[in-house]
Amino acid sequence: MNFNFKHEWIETNIGLMAVLTMLAISVGGLVEIAPLFFIDKTIEKVEGVRPYTPLEQRGRDIYQREGCYLCHSQMIRPFRDEKLRYGHYSLAAESQYDHPFQWGSKRTGPDLARVGGKYSNEWHVQHLVAPRSMVPESVMPNYPWLLATKLDISDVSDRMKALRKVGVPYSLSQAEYDANVKQFGETVAKQLHIPDAQKNLVEQANFGNYDGDRSGISEMDALIAYLQVLGTMVDFSKYSDDAFVGNR
Amino acid sequence: MSDQKLQSHTVQTTGHAWDGDLQEYNNPLPTWWVYTFYATVVFALIYWTIYPSWPFGKGWIGGLSDVTYVNSEGVTRTHSWNTRALYLADQNEAVAAQKPYFDKVDSMSYQQIANDPEMNGFILSAGKALFADNCAPCHQAGGQGVVGFFPNLTDDDWLYGGSFEKIHETLVQGRRGYMPAFSEVLAADQIDALANYVASQAGLANDAAKARAGDALFHSETAACFYCHGVDAKGRKEIGAPNLTDKVWLWANVPAAEGDESKVVAIRNVIASGLNKGVMPAWAGRLSPEQIKVLTVYVHELGGGL
Repeated sequence: MNFNFKHEWIETNIGLMAVLTMLAISVGGLVEIAPLFFIDKTIEKVEGVRPYTPLEQRGRDIYQREGCYLCHSQMIRPFRDEKLRYGHYSLAAESQYDHPFQWGSKRTGPDLARVGGKYSNEWHVQHLVAPRSMVPESVMPNYPWLLATKLDISDVSDRMKALRKVGVPYSLSQAEYDANVKQFGETVAKQLHIPDAQKNLVEQANFGNYDGDRSGISEMDALIAYLQVLGTMVDFSKYSDDAFVGNR
Repeated sequence: MSDQKLQSHTVQTTGHAWDGDLQEYNNPLPTWWVYTFYATVVFALIYWTIYPSWPFGKGWIGGLSDVTYVNSEGVTRTHSWNTRALYLADQNEAVAAQKPYFDKVDSMSYQQIANDPEMNGFILSAGKALFADNCAPCHQAGGQGVVGFFPNLTDDDWLYGGSFEKIHETLVQGRRGYMPAFSEVLAADQIDALANYVASQAGLANDAAKARAGDALFHSETAACFYCHGVDAKGRKEIGAPNLTDKVWLWANVPAAEGDESKVVAIRNVIASGLNKGVMPAWAGRLSPEQIKVLTVYVHELGGGL
């Protein structure tokens, strides 16, 4: 058989060249990403991880709006030094409801994956308004408007609906709510119910009073609510320290 | 030109011509390049055998290399090579290296640790690192605190007590400061009187008549300041109510206020708006008992007392 391959076939047919180029460059992605969807152990099975409450989710939006991810990662790697400074390494399960995830690849500031509970709300307020008043050597910009700007809560249910479309189990119907009660328990399920989103958000903000100002709900309230829940959902004392070794 | 002509006789072209006469040589790849390419293929094959590589069914091929570690239950396990197993083996090494010291920390009393020169050195270095990672953001690198926000740990004034036991308690369970906003229950002139009384107790300039009225109010059931701050205004450590007579200021930024009048105003503002802050997080879940003990001694050495 005399098969005579000619460059000319591809080089003179731009459509064929486009298809073949696309195939060639997808190989890397396909072999590295696609298998993760079929492997059983990609996401660790742990208790406690839940979608964000409406207030936390709005805080997360602000986190993204302000570009916090440009300087702060949310991914503690399994190294000794990272354990000492930040705590247990991050699990894939812990960011399973993050769209988009905030793992990051640049640390100008510290990792924030387990910042929840590490500082008081008051510290966060002060530190976000004027970072150098708390950490003299910090290069973080000031974010004074977070305290001054009222949180826009008008579109919170729309935002949750959008996340629901990409797989976050926020509930719209009674059946979905019941499924959430089963999976997360009643307290959490209530927070995930889209029709009650605004009510839940206001309740959590008033109860938590994250910014120390009772006169209204500021963007600061939402951002701190989000920061204070980061990395706190999994109780690692319930697991042996090698419980997640088999997942990698 | 002549070189080109020569090459065109020895090397084939790809066979097609563009714009009439534009042709492309079909040179073979350089030998060094070809063999480097083969070498990378061989490298990949070896790499795949040693380390986790290809997905297989619902799992993946783990590779021949493995890591042995001892887990938190003391069970020795061997797992195919991965970063999480490697991390545990690394942790084992770290724990073994620090064990002699942490064993001593465990078995010795606070006072014994503080008195032992070798242990003291360990506390200073290990404690300093722990303090920098966990405490310095609020209490600052030297433990000097921030007036108006976080207490100074180097002075002799302790809100909840500066003994080893009390510092340990503060670290383990955290703290939460609270004082009611007296503007809700007292009139402005009453608060002014109280501020003058507090100023008088701290040796600051004050209006003597107002201070006398404040004295009465302080010890009355109306304001009831003495419930928390004590009859002598020296505070009660059991509930973290500060000593008002020691000239150490945390909430009212008296040192920064310029002029006698504004110092009293600084005090008045705190009485009027109260406090619902002074929150110290609980560290029991975040740090190990040994780490907390190291920090206890470290903080005590900064300025511990009673």
